[in-house]
Amino acid sequence: MGIVFGIPSQALFGQLLLGLINGSFYALLSLGLAVIFGMLNVINMAHGALYMLGAFVAWLLLSVCGVGYGWALLLAPLVVGGIGLVLERTMLRRLYRLDHLYGLLLTFGLALMLEGAFRHQYGVSGQPYPIPDLLKGGQNLGFMFLPNYRGWVIAASLVVCFGTWFAIERTRLGAYLRAATENPVLVQAFGINVPVMVSLTYAFGVALAGFAGVLAAPIYQVSPLMGSNLIIIVFAVVVIGGMGSILGAILTGLGLGLLEGLTKVVYPEASNIVVFVIMAVVLLVKPAGLFGREK
Amino acid sequence: MPDGSITKTAMLEISDLHGFYGESHVLHGVSLEVRQGEVVTLLGRNGAGKTSTMRAIMGIMGKRTGSIRFQGQELIGMAQHRIPRLGIGYVPEERGIFSSLSVDENLTLPPVIKEGGMTVEQIYDLFPNLKGRGSTQGTRLSGGEQQMLAIARILRTGATLILLDEPTEGLAPVIIEQIGVAVRALKQRGFTIVLVEQNFRFAATIADRHYVMEEGHVVDMIPNDQLDANMDKLHTYLGV
Repeated sequence: MGIVFGIPSQALFGQLLLGLINGSFYALLSLGLAVIFGMLNVINMAHGALYMLGAFVAWLLLSVCGVGYGWALLLAPLVVGGIGLVLERTMLRRLYRLDHLYGLLLTFGLALMLEGAFRHQYGVSGQPYPIPDLLKGGQNLGFMFLPNYRGWVIAASLVVCFGTWFAIERTRLGAYLRAATENPVLVQAFGINVPVMVSLTYAFGVALAGFAGVLAAPIYQVSPLMGSNLIIIVFAVVVIGGMGSILGAILTGLGLGLLEGLTKVVYPEASNIVVFVIMAVVLLVKPAGLFGREK
Repeated sequence: MPDGSITKTAMLEISDLHGFYGESHVLHGVSLEVRQGEVVTLLGRNGAGKTSTMRAIMGIMGKRTGSIRFQGQELIGMAQHRIPRLGIGYVPEERGIFSSLSVDENLTLPPVIKEGGMTVEQIYDLFPNLKGRGSTQGTRLSGGEQQMLAIARILRTGATLILLDEPTEGLAPVIIEQIGVAVRALKQRGFTIVLVEQNFRFAATIADRHYVMEEGHVVDMIPNDQLDANMDKLHTYLGV
């Protein structure tokens, strides 16, 4: 067993892997928040609850309908996205002209209701979700043991994150999205139906949260509170990366996950607050965030 | 002022248009007509309602009453994103070049709505300055080039009526001349153009007719060939 920086390498790589897993979830969730904030100017406090909903949809599909992981990966984001579409069309839409605070309060209220309802129905103890057979077991990489499912989570999240980045920054549809983020009135004056684009953007952003929820189900337990535990850190990630920056959200999410893992090895007592310390420093030094542009 | 023969061939026909931004009543009964292939300017002082008239046509206004007909179709009450799809291209006063898009992306952003739009090559012939700048960030172009890009991106779409809001504002004389050449070329290609201008000397070199606006409505119409005879009157209107 090797030693790196005076730490057993097994422990170091183990924590870094854990950090990368957490970072994958931070990246997926903060990406959705960034896309939504860019287009809707709404700080979506319901994001954690919709992530939880994604996990519950997967769990219900399996325990009630016998529908497995593969289908859940497709269906849960669709269900969550559909719910997002309804929320946007019926409620959020009315708040765009108002201050950010109203969107934040509305979505925070929705999060409380959603989590409360699931807590009432299923309690807080958490439901187990089995790792799908195909992804059981693991690989011995020599320097560490990598469980297949964890490898899959990292790969899937990277593909989805960078696929989203590519779609927004490098395609024609993404150009519409970027343009409408900057000047929706003018994009509408070119004949593009911006309100529909806004609805679909919100649906897509929360579908990412639903997707993350399904990925999380076999790792963490499926519990009504799983979202609220995570979302505070994710908001810190968004602040550090810079509101509205797509690449910033992805890289910051992954980076901070790794940093958190590293802290667990070097100085475990600080691992719960390291993200917030960094947030405070970034706000002092570069208030727009690492990748954000000053307005 | 409008007579029967004009009405028959009018492409854009605005009558008794009132417009509001929230509580403030900015257009007070605008009436005007633009025939196919014409270049018509809206002249007037700041705040006379020229830009608001254009925004009202595009539906970028809280409440509108009266009538705006384009090729016989009523635009008031129509969903905002359908209006440009009838064949109306809008070049706003602030130019509206997107900073998060490259020059190419800016150029190809407005969707093609009809056949018969200009090709990118033809557009580059018209605005050689834009050639070879495709990957530049849109807002890194000079003011004049941004204005050219704002006009250029509308020409691809197949729009037949172009609303140009102060294309010469804040530009150097040599650039204004280039824009003038381009607008005349567009007229020859058969585009119908409504032009908002403060600079009526520029307007006089390209327009067929001039509508003079004051306090939210049209107070006079001067054909371009009678501009010289009406110069005193125009000076009074514009306060120059």
